[in-house]
Amino acid sequence: MSDEHEQPDLERRHFIGQSAAVAAAAAVVPGTILHTIAKARALDEPVSSDIRWGMLIDTTQCVTGCDACVTACNDEHGLTGQGRPETDSQWIRKVHLKDKATGKVTTLPMLCQHCEHPPCVDVCPTGASFKRADGIVLVNMHTCIGCRYCMMACPYKARSFVHEALTDQVPDTPRGKGCVDSCNFCVHRVDASDQPQTACAEACAKEGHRAIVFGNLKDPNSEIARRAKLVPSRQIRPDLDLNTGVRYEGV
Amino acid sequence: MQARRSVLRGLVALLLGAVALPAAADPSRVDLPSIALGEAASLAKAKGEGCVEPTDVIRSDHMKFLLHQRDQTVIEGIRTQHHSLKECVQCHASVDDGGEYMPIDSEGQFCESCHDYASVSLDCFDCHATRPAKRGAVGDP
Repeated sequence: MSDEHEQPDLERRHFIGQSAAVAAAAAVVPGTILHTIAKARALDEPVSSDIRWGMLIDTTQCVTGCDACVTACNDEHGLTGQGRPETDSQWIRKVHLKDKATGKVTTLPMLCQHCEHPPCVDVCPTGASFKRADGIVLVNMHTCIGCRYCMMACPYKARSFVHEALTDQVPDTPRGKGCVDSCNFCVHRVDASDQPQTACAEACAKEGHRAIVFGNLKDPNSEIARRAKLVPSRQIRPDLDLNTGVRYEGV
Repeated sequence: MQARRSVLRGLVALLLGAVALPAAADPSRVDLPSIALGEAASLAKAKGEGCVEPTDVIRSDHMKFLLHQRDQTVIEGIRTQHHSLKECVQCHASVDDGGEYMPIDSEGQFCESCHDYASVSLDCFDCHATRPAKRGAVGDP
């Protein structure tokens, strides 16, 4: 056999490769266009993974001493304290970091990171801790037995346990004694609106700091996606490979 | 022998009669509950509108609806008002003299009146709100 016969026909290969690429592009493009003009979900449709809710927090705009986000969250969900900060429910908290070398103090709100691979979901014995199709990590209180394994598993200490019987809960946020709860990205607002805003993001904007941006990470036209493309941001504890839905700038 | 048997029979008949008589006079020893229908529900009833399901269906099957609906709501985010517990409370809560809603699981109120009679424990409201959101507040359906 001569060498010439062994050589594959590169021209033909190149042509086939290009046609395949064009065909693939043609198949994908209509899909992406459909997504951008998709209407808001009707109330009787299940949530889909076409959306992934996430948050982008600009720590350079976050002000030391301000806790508007915490207050707004507590009011929105009726997280009344019992005067016992160690065991009161805390869905969002301010964390202060100090760089030992330079003395720079950074402050940021820490909340449930709504990970793509949540450890709380992995460890839950009943399946109460789950990730909804649109990325929000929730506790199904009907199934929660209050074992608190998820609280141990969470690297961000985002979850809280309700120790006392509650009355007069906020109708949109049922919570009760013996169950674990955590930030739910204001899921009642998310399900009720085309352009939802979480209580914390709303309060931060109202204060004028605009440090918190909430939106659909999968929508390239959303404010959060556009900003995340422009400005460097990072996850906290990226070494854990959780692919969090909350990203932080300036830290 | 014959006389004793007939006396015995007579005694048994008397005893049975003694037991049966009070039962015949009072068919149910516990009063059936009077249900406080709730402010919005009473208005709807006066207008001729019904509940989301016929009354007899609701009485026997309301837990089936709620149990099915809650999985759909929590896991899939389906929040139609049809079988929503929040909507039940919104419609069936009563208002006190001061104009404030009363907790729906307190004595004499809608859920409690039947559940107390049937002796079925009511634990929905360990977690769910017993009162609708404040009257006229944003977010009221």
